[in-house]
Amino acid sequence: MRIESHQQFDAAVEAARAAKLSKGREVWVCCGTGCLANGSRAVAKAFDERIEAEGLQASLGLYHKTTGCHGFCERGPLVVIQPEGLLYTKVKVTDVPEILEKTVRNGEAIPRLQYKDPVTKQAVAKYEDIPFYKHQIRVSMRNIGRVDPEDLDDALAHGAYSGLAKALFAMTPDQVIAEIEASGLRGRGGAGFATARKWKACRKAKGERKFVLCNGDEGDPGAFKDRSIMEGDPHSVIEGMIIGAYAIGAHEGYLYVRDEYPLAVVNLGKAIEAARLRGLLGANILGSGFDFDLRISRGGGAFVCGESSALMRSIEGRTGEPRAKYVHASDKGLFDLPTNLNNVETWSDVGAIIANGGAWFAGWGTPKSKGTKAFSLVGKVKNTGLIELPMGTTLRHIIEDIGGGILKDRPFKAVQTGGPSGGCLPADQLDLPVDYEVLSENGSMMGSGGMIVMDDRTCMVDVARYFLKFLCEESCGKCVPCREGLKQMLHIFEDLCAGRGRPGDIERIERLCHAMQLGSLCELGKSAPNPVLSTLRYFRHEYEAHIQDRACPAGMCRDLTAYEIVEEPCTGCHQCTRVCPTDAISGKPKQKHVIDPAKCISCGSCFDVCPEDCIRFFPKNGSKEAANAHADH
Amino acid sequence: MPTLTIDGKTVHAPHGTFLLAACRAAGIEIPTLCEHPAVEPYGGCRLCVVDVTRPEWNGWNKMVVACLFPVEDGIIVDTRSERVLETRRVVLDLLLARCPETPLIQALAGSYGVTKTSFVLNPEPTDCILCGLCTRICDRMGISAISSVDRGAGREIAPPFKEPPPDCVGCLACAEICPTNHIRYEASDGRRRIWGKDFEMLRCPRCGRAHITVAQADFFAGKNGVPRSYFETCDACKRKELAATATKLAGGASTPAVEQGTR
Repeated sequence: MRIESHQQFDAAVEAARAAKLSKGREVWVCCGTGCLANGSRAVAKAFDERIEAEGLQASLGLYHKTTGCHGFCERGPLVVIQPEGLLYTKVKVTDVPEILEKTVRNGEAIPRLQYKDPVTKQAVAKYEDIPFYKHQIRVSMRNIGRVDPEDLDDALAHGAYSGLAKALFAMTPDQVIAEIEASGLRGRGGAGFATARKWKACRKAKGERKFVLCNGDEGDPGAFKDRSIMEGDPHSVIEGMIIGAYAIGAHEGYLYVRDEYPLAVVNLGKAIEAARLRGLLGANILGSGFDFDLRISRGGGAFVCGESSALMRSIEGRTGEPRAKYVHASDKGLFDLPTNLNNVETWSDVGAIIANGGAWFAGWGTPKSKGTKAFSLVGKVKNTGLIELPMGTTLRHIIEDIGGGILKDRPFKAVQTGGPSGGCLPADQLDLPVDYEVLSENGSMMGSGGMIVMDDRTCMVDVARYFLKFLCEESCGKCVPCREGLKQMLHIFEDLCAGRGRPGDIERIERLCHAMQLGSLCELGKSAPNPVLSTLRYFRHEYEAHIQDRACPAGMCRDLTAYEIVEEPCTGCHQCTRVCPTDAISGKPKQKHVIDPAKCISCGSCFDVCPEDCIRFFPKNGSKEAANAHADH
Repeated sequence: MPTLTIDGKTVHAPHGTFLLAACRAAGIEIPTLCEHPAVEPYGGCRLCVVDVTRPEWNGWNKMVVACLFPVEDGIIVDTRSERVLETRRVVLDLLLARCPETPLIQALAGSYGVTKTSFVLNPEPTDCILCGLCTRICDRMGISAISSVDRGAGREIAPPFKEPPPDCVGCLACAEICPTNHIRYEASDGRRRIWGKDFEMLRCPRCGRAHITVAQADFFAGKNGVPRSYFETCDACKRKELAATATKLAGGASTPAVEQGTR
């Protein structure tokens, strides 16, 4: 039913809450992209069918719902039993009857499905006790994993649109902007521009027709926070955009979502439809007299379309290429009309800030970076997934306490933040508090919140090469420094990794980096040198080893690395022979094995599985002594 | 009218104009490759970079492209700072690697002291610098027969599906505007061929010269209320006719100067 006044809104929220409370127990099955890939749809269906077939709704008061991503994708499919908050991981269809019988009926735990802390090796029963969740404070992700993204009433029961009702009925647009200013909210897309300042500029801009846009074109390798928010709690994004439109004086909006996020497109579409039906979108929202409607624009998947001016060209139906921004989008943006663009996470923060007050949000963080920030924690850490933490949290806390440390307890080498525009920070920077300024000062960037953890088996030259290759493919090619510069830079890095590095390469790289930073048209080209410059800054010796000794100190560049099995303590356990893809390893059981250099492709698989640490690598073309010298670095 | 300082000179420039015009009006040379008065500025070649500052910025500069930076009152522009020159040198160095055999690039790079590229030479040398003038003039003509395709290092200018472009009218605007003569066409009396497409020519009813393609006349016919017959007469004959009319109105005989002007 359409909600047509503030009173009716409050009544609808009350009704939704009451309906939620009336459900005694609930089984939540995560149906975010990660869990879906692991088969959670079948698990959800199995619960549905069992509850239906056995009449458990009547007998046990048991209900079932699917939720968005809990962020703990590594352990999916995830199932949570409420109200106890019991978490089961890696649940299969065949586990469903047992869960219903033992846990739901008899209150018994199933240890096999419980999460085991990789550090303490202890099983942890409850969701909130798991270190991965315990340390988190979730604002933008407040309802992800808790609400059914397809159920507006469930969202209302969890507080969705309460910020909107407050803004529309109790605040003027200027008061809304003042509240956002008090919260200290800055752009969560990475650049960190003050949100209130952006809104103010667009509010002041002359013009009857204005737009608010949402940037859902998250494209950094390893980043998926925006996807999870759009998939798991689409109403938080929509609510933020309506509030922003009210503050700015816009009546039209676009959600720009990349088409590679099909579930986000579907869930946002359903949420928009549901919001329209209930009078939360469209003409005369909640009877307040304010009109605003929203459309989804699907992106074709070009990374550069995450750049604001390219994004606007893409929505207009033109080639997604950036243009000079000497005139701001707040004056001339989409269709050359005043436009305000914010990131998914920023929009998601807005509703909570208005509902709880700017001071509440500003209570977290550092002097210049307030509130909480979502990150996608990936790479060589034990717990990968989606996290949200107060600004100013140290990298060490994130990697060691939440991430649970490095996989296989190998040494930490670097953490990459900010995607292709960011950089790598080494071990001695682990105590840095994460905020916009600190990351930039140290050669990295907040970016879209990707955090890739790397262990000692990572070649930093290769990491820079990887990002260059990505950008070389994703550069639009409009301006010379980015298009030609990236191509030439990649040439140099491919030579370095193949042992064709020449003296002077580092200087050539640096010269090109500076020209690209200064001369490129948009931020893609201007920030493209960051992964290169930050690895040069902290790992210059690795570059030098590649050039001078034709050696890869991490043993990852295949053209430079050879492997051998050392006499002691090889026990002939055969594990290496099993993983070798080219059958290059031979040896009798319980006797020392040998690698045939003619067959070995230097993939390092044997090195990674050897339980006795008796496989070592050395530069293919250099001396073994040089290899030892680098190993000591 | 905003007043700015360019390389120490005080310059006045009208509101809404770009820095490049202000520099040129002040007699300061700025290199460009993607700029042309017939089309909107683009900001692609990055050669017209200059440093901009203000007294209150305490020595902080920002580098902008002059072709797109709107003039502002009180800015101080340095068109030849070391980092400006170095950025231009790198851009030209990169272009020379891409187009090692292109005389325009060789000459421009040479004027910045770059005679040999320090980067990897393009194994398939091309004259196309991807300045986008051809696609922009084609858009400006209202035709949009060609566009840039692919992105990044693979970017090129091509008709749709790299087949003879259905919308092309053979006007040659792209070939005429191309600064490196990369876009080639063949013309013989009564025939024209560009982008793999053949065009039939229309003869001027007065002098008989094949001066315009039939497709061109069809495309322009009726635009802004101008009849097709207007396009059928060649420019030279139109000028002659105009001169004759003017002479008649002035009551005198035609003069050699007018004859010369009509070529």
